[in-house]
Amino acid sequence: MSASETPKRSMRTPLGRVRNLGAAHSGTSDFWRQRMTGVAMTLLILPVLVVVMMTLGSNQAGAKVILGSLPVAVILLLFIFASAWHMKIGMQVVIEDYVHNEKVKLASVMLNNFFAIAVALASTYAIFKLSSGV
Amino acid sequence: MALSIVHRATGVALYFGTLLLAWWLIAAALGPAAYSYVQAFTGSIIGRLIVFGYTWALMHHMLSGIRHFVWDLGYGFKANEREALTWGALIGGIALTVLIWIIAYAIGGGR
Repeated sequence: MSASETPKRSMRTPLGRVRNLGAAHSGTSDFWRQRMTGVAMTLLILPVLVVVMMTLGSNQAGAKVILGSLPVAVILLLFIFASAWHMKIGMQVVIEDYVHNEKVKLASVMLNNFFAIAVALASTYAIFKLSSGV
Repeated sequence: MALSIVHRATGVALYFGTLLLAWWLIAAALGPAAYSYVQAFTGSIIGRLIVFGYTWALMHHMLSGIRHFVWDLGYGFKANEREALTWGALIGGIALTVLIWIIAYAIGGGR
């Protein structure tokens, strides 16, 4: 490539500018975090299932006692944090694969972030409320 | 076998399925009235089918994800290994789902 074809004057080579950047233009950090949160949820799935099973057949008062206990709250908080992060990355990959209009894509990615954060915060607030008994 | 699209589809289903998890926790925090709506839903046929589907999506996505993790680590690329991993995720996902529901009913969750 000749110098005139380079869009901006830069000391970086064209390859250097794009190296390690994928479709998200943000490198491999999302790839790594998706694996990390996936492994975290795989480790947490058994305790989470046990917690859900423990609440089966009990009314709200019984569920409140179980869900508000410290180990259960920690297990659920970890699982919710990992799943919100994991699903945010996963849905962004889907959006980037199928939505080609740049503005629609940006709006979709933004909505995706709002959704993941809203679900995570609402669930976290519920667990804190169950734990503190207010 | 082309199961990567199933991995993606179950992922999207689980994405919206987290609303169920959030609803359950928020209702438990709000009180008996809110919680009774959740129990009415999970006690209904359609609700039970949705939670059953959610269980399968979760189990399949987890095993299918482990399959992808094996590939990320550089193993399992031979034709027979790929087939085994894919069938393992498919059969394992169904088996785990059925097992979880048998346990749930056995401990009185079917009431």
